[in-house]
Amino acid sequence: MIKDDAGGSPPALRTDRLGRRYGRVWGLRDCTLEVPTGAIAALVGPNGAGKTTLLEMIIGLLQPTEGQVSVLGETSHSPMTARLARVGYVAQDHPLYRDFSVADMFHLGRAMNPRWDQGLAQARMETLGIPLKRRVKGLSGGQRAQVSLTMALAKRAPLLVLDEPVSSLDPVARLEFMREVMAAAAADSGLTVLISSHVVSELERLCDWLIILTGGQVQLAGPTDNLLAAHRLLTVPRATSDAELPGLIIHRTDSDRHSSALVRTDPVRLAATDRPGWQADSVSFEQLVMAYLQRPSNATAQNSATQDDTARATARPGPTTKAVSR
Amino acid sequence: MFRFRLDGSSGVPPYLQLVHQVRQSLLLGYLKEGDRLPTVKDVAGDLAINPNTVVKAYRQLEHEGLAGGRPGQGTFITATSSPDLPEAQQALRASLEEWLRAAEQAGLSDEEVTALIAVARDDLKKERV
Repeated sequence: MIKDDAGGSPPALRTDRLGRRYGRVWGLRDCTLEVPTGAIAALVGPNGAGKTTLLEMIIGLLQPTEGQVSVLGETSHSPMTARLARVGYVAQDHPLYRDFSVADMFHLGRAMNPRWDQGLAQARMETLGIPLKRRVKGLSGGQRAQVSLTMALAKRAPLLVLDEPVSSLDPVARLEFMREVMAAAAADSGLTVLISSHVVSELERLCDWLIILTGGQVQLAGPTDNLLAAHRLLTVPRATSDAELPGLIIHRTDSDRHSSALVRTDPVRLAATDRPGWQADSVSFEQLVMAYLQRPSNATAQNSATQDDTARATARPGPTTKAVSR
Repeated sequence: MFRFRLDGSSGVPPYLQLVHQVRQSLLLGYLKEGDRLPTVKDVAGDLAINPNTVVKAYRQLEHEGLAGGRPGQGTFITATSSPDLPEAQQALRASLEEWLRAAEQAGLSDEEVTALIAVARDDLKKERV
């Protein structure tokens, strides 16, 4: 459930003007974000946008050049052990020791993590039909991904970070992996999940929080429902100038006689667009993400990086409705 | 136990897909009053879908009076299904069939029929504004 700032408890994840420089190039700059406890957040961006840089600073693998990251109150200045215990991480290539058996991997996990849940790890392998004695090199790609996920979940960390977890998997293994992630999130309402992915079409069903990163800067961040509601796809006569469009233009395509523009807007400005020949349609998740991804990086004005704080509480059900049937 | 499905490419938001399936199954008689819907966790794990989306769908069903949560037990269907369409719907259906026959005789394809309905509905909406 969402803990509001007003209530005093910190968000699961917060970055404040976070930046990382590689030599003379900034991999990520001025990144200010919040993800509330219990959210399932998608991190989307093209290659080189700074996704992995951001994730590695969140989990503590990389030190920020400037700014600060805090995970449930532990900042980049806290002792490493305190920080690592708060984050479960599944890397893109699911790194495991090839000659280890699954049981060996779990033994390692238990030795390295004070809160290791061996019962959970073993029960998951049994449900998935993965023998504990099997060596890692004898597992399929999908099974390796499941073992990696189990290692991260058995850590019992409140934040789960998944970096492109399914990019190397076939569609069925992808679905099976995400089913496990969603079931884990449903079983523990305090678990916050951050997933980076290229598979935009599969993200809509997974996430309730969206972060779009391009050119090392945050373009859009907030509860998915609110972000969708704040954008419209306008169809207007070709002659319409950018200035006449009610809102911030994210993406515009011109045809011979008409233009389509995806704009960030609000009900008041939208009401002004009820003109002959104009049409305003709601946008789909994929349309929204693709519009931002196609936006040139140099259009990244400070004022367009939008952290939508206003109605966070709507993204995750409140305590009163939580009783439904978890 | 009732099971949901999800079409990722339909363009219909996932929570609405769940709501539609319950409504449709009620109409078809596959769901009846007192039936228990799967838990949020089961649906989330089955479909690989955000648990919040399932909660949102169940809340919508409660709002429509089709389902209700019983603390500690789950979410149950509370509406009685009506296999027979209400009279108003039957009359509408008869006139629709007549209209569709006329459209067919006029040489309209299925696509053109759908487009025509969309245009007419759009115009009606504009009149109301």
